[in-house]
Amino acid sequence: MIEDFSSLFHGFSVAIQPFNIGVMFVGIILGVLIGVLPGLGGANGVAILLPLTFSMSPTSAIIMLSCIYWGALFGGAITSVLFNIPGEPWSVATTFDGHPMAQKGQAGEALTAAFTSSFVGALFAVVMITLVAPLVASFALRFGPAEQFSVYFLAFCSFVGMSKEPPFKTVAAMFIGFALAAVGLDSITGQLRLTFGLESLLNGFDFLIAVIGLFGIGEILLTMEEGLSFKGRLAGINAKVVWETWKQLPRYWVTSLRSCIIGCWMGVSPAGATPASFMSYGIAKRTSRNGANFGKGEIEGVVAPETAAHAAGTAALLPMLSLGVPGSPTAAVLLGGLLIWGLQPGPLLFVEQKEFVWGLIASMYLGNIVGLIVVLTCVPLFAAILRIPFSIIAPIILVICAIGAYTVHNSVFDVVLMMVFGVIGYLLKKCNYPLAPMVLAIVLGDKAEENFRQSLLASQGKLGIFFSNGLVSTIMTLGLIALFWPLISNALARLRTRPAA
Amino acid sequence: MTCSLKHAGFGAVAALWAATGLAPLPASAAWEPSRPVEFIIPAGPGGGADIMARTIQGIVTKHNLMSQPMVVINKSGGAGGEGFLDVKNSAGNPHKIIITLSNLFTTPLATGIPFNWKELTPVAMLALDEFVLWVNAEKPYKTAKDYVAAAKAAGGTFKMGGTGSKQEDQIITEAIQKATGAKFIYIPQRGGGAVAVQLVGNHVDSSVNNPNEAIAHWKAGKLKPLCVFDSKAMPYKDEIVNQLSWSSVPTCKSQGLDIEYLMLRGIFMSPGATKDQVDYYIGLFNKVRQTPEWKELMSNGAFNQTFMTGKQYTDWVANEEKRHQQLMKDAGFLHTN
Repeated sequence: MIEDFSSLFHGFSVAIQPFNIGVMFVGIILGVLIGVLPGLGGANGVAILLPLTFSMSPTSAIIMLSCIYWGALFGGAITSVLFNIPGEPWSVATTFDGHPMAQKGQAGEALTAAFTSSFVGALFAVVMITLVAPLVASFALRFGPAEQFSVYFLAFCSFVGMSKEPPFKTVAAMFIGFALAAVGLDSITGQLRLTFGLESLLNGFDFLIAVIGLFGIGEILLTMEEGLSFKGRLAGINAKVVWETWKQLPRYWVTSLRSCIIGCWMGVSPAGATPASFMSYGIAKRTSRNGANFGKGEIEGVVAPETAAHAAGTAALLPMLSLGVPGSPTAAVLLGGLLIWGLQPGPLLFVEQKEFVWGLIASMYLGNIVGLIVVLTCVPLFAAILRIPFSIIAPIILVICAIGAYTVHNSVFDVVLMMVFGVIGYLLKKCNYPLAPMVLAIVLGDKAEENFRQSLLASQGKLGIFFSNGLVSTIMTLGLIALFWPLISNALARLRTRPAA
Repeated sequence: MTCSLKHAGFGAVAALWAATGLAPLPASAAWEPSRPVEFIIPAGPGGGADIMARTIQGIVTKHNLMSQPMVVINKSGGAGGEGFLDVKNSAGNPHKIIITLSNLFTTPLATGIPFNWKELTPVAMLALDEFVLWVNAEKPYKTAKDYVAAAKAAGGTFKMGGTGSKQEDQIITEAIQKATGAKFIYIPQRGGGAVAVQLVGNHVDSSVNNPNEAIAHWKAGKLKPLCVFDSKAMPYKDEIVNQLSWSSVPTCKSQGLDIEYLMLRGIFMSPGATKDQVDYYIGLFNKVRQTPEWKELMSNGAFNQTFMTGKQYTDWVANEEKRHQQLMKDAGFLHTN
């Protein structure tokens, strides 16, 4: 342990060399730009910029790439808050309260809360990586298909029970999502499903296309109907907004801590940042005193998903380094980068490549601090974007969305699909169908299905596998409690009032 | 303005080219790419093909082997069908190449998508990837024979983890079942890395991971290799752990498992490429193969370094297609409609 700390300090000394600090700033700024452009997610950004780093030393290179990663994580929140367009899957939950806040003229507060929470989440996860890396790595090994499924199950359940919309509409929206997620290759049988012989459908419906359409285009259509202007245009540009928001944030320390823990757990397991953000939002809504206001612009509704998403995004690097299994698509590209530099991820990376690993961990601390400084100084600037007249900014957003949709698979078909999803999003909103469960199902539906079927293959069809050991039983039980929470809490309330009556 | 001019110019050149009836260019004017070259990977990020393609991209960039940039694009939809169809539909575009794995054969056979490798232009075989039978190091099996005997005794409850469904890993599993009479439950995963971790975590009983997918866990003493599905042992003698090296892994044949399976890591380009264009890429890959980075990739992944071009390569692929057709037919994996 002492030896590890000295390695960490050595890592810091490597990371604060002027060249590496410069690399950090460049990485963060590129990352924020990448995060802002929907579609051009962190994975694509890192993949495009990977060759640039081949001329650097592996440590500088990984610092740059991981800073792009942090930058993209920060940047994803910007468009979610301002335009209701999540640039990354894990930013979807941030739109639920972030965008209403912007509409109320509190874009600055929402962004500050989002960035600060991201930082807190990431910091918590880095501290965890520093202290308990080996322990956590072995925890990840306990996750077989059944355990993975139970995690997704928990994410779905903690979301269904809490919706304010009529439960049947929630379930209907979720099932549309599942149906869309089923299109493409069925990874268990190796057969194509629901593609109707169309080559364009081989890929299935990519989550990003659906989200850019449903949220981004749908939002623009709604705004057009309501009078061609942003509701948040009156947002005052106040340089002190950061400081004033910070004064409010300590109130939410419980939510924050819980979100950190959820995030780390999801990142390591490795289910990833998306279920972490949804789960954390769902639980915060359930337990918060202001739960009823969630969805209308509650700052706690920004803190919860952002903290969890970043804790998970950061923690996801741990299974990548120690097991060679990336917890996110971006981590997968980073993994490719490591291999190109001749670094073999695995249990021995921490032993054989000490300098590299601790340099990376040190850069996680510094990169996040640099990232926080960069994005916070830009908050008033970002918030000011909303003052640009709608008639100018809307076409720009449309073009960026179209480019984003095209970049996902370099396919024009996806741009058309995005527009179709835009119209669907508009109609669903008009009919009061919640979009979030549908998006959740598109993102996690095929993974949940895959793990469910893998488990049943292994157990030869017996459902008992989902209660076959302590770990999986606990998670499944938590999921069932979350699903039936409205009934349970009613029952508890009745029990409590009965003696009084 | 300049942009539209450029396009007009490009269109004119293309029209001129078309008008000359694709007349072969004079041999003296060797072809060179005039725009960025797209390098398609018909698989997701992080897998074996992806790592190889990205290493090549790194080598080309670092050693300045090409006057134009090389752009790597993953098109993994429909078990790689997306990538193959993209290249097939880019006839006459010499700025598009694709790296293949066995899904060159298995995807069209299993899904029925309208694609055959003969529709592309073969360039070169870069290497062949080995397959190794792995088990968790805690398990008592010392040899492949022990393992097969245990699997038989377990009466069909042993689980084999593998990448994808009706692809190479499941084909090998089927071949093992056919050769030994032991039955396995095959559990498909998304990628080779995940398969190896499932094996370390004891969620499956064995896997047929490629060497570079499992080497880290072997080094850490979590997994052990039982045999390699090749006609001769791998040549790499550098110690990996406990005085063992890739060369000390016996062939499966010597263990009574008479199965040989190697996976193509080869390059194809879009249909209708001229000989000059193919020669350009062959030359490029020959240069790539001389670099230390490539040699390191080969020895880390214990690749079989067979290199082939021209008719030899085409014949090899044709043979392999026939073999896959037979293997998939025997296993009942062929697409029916």
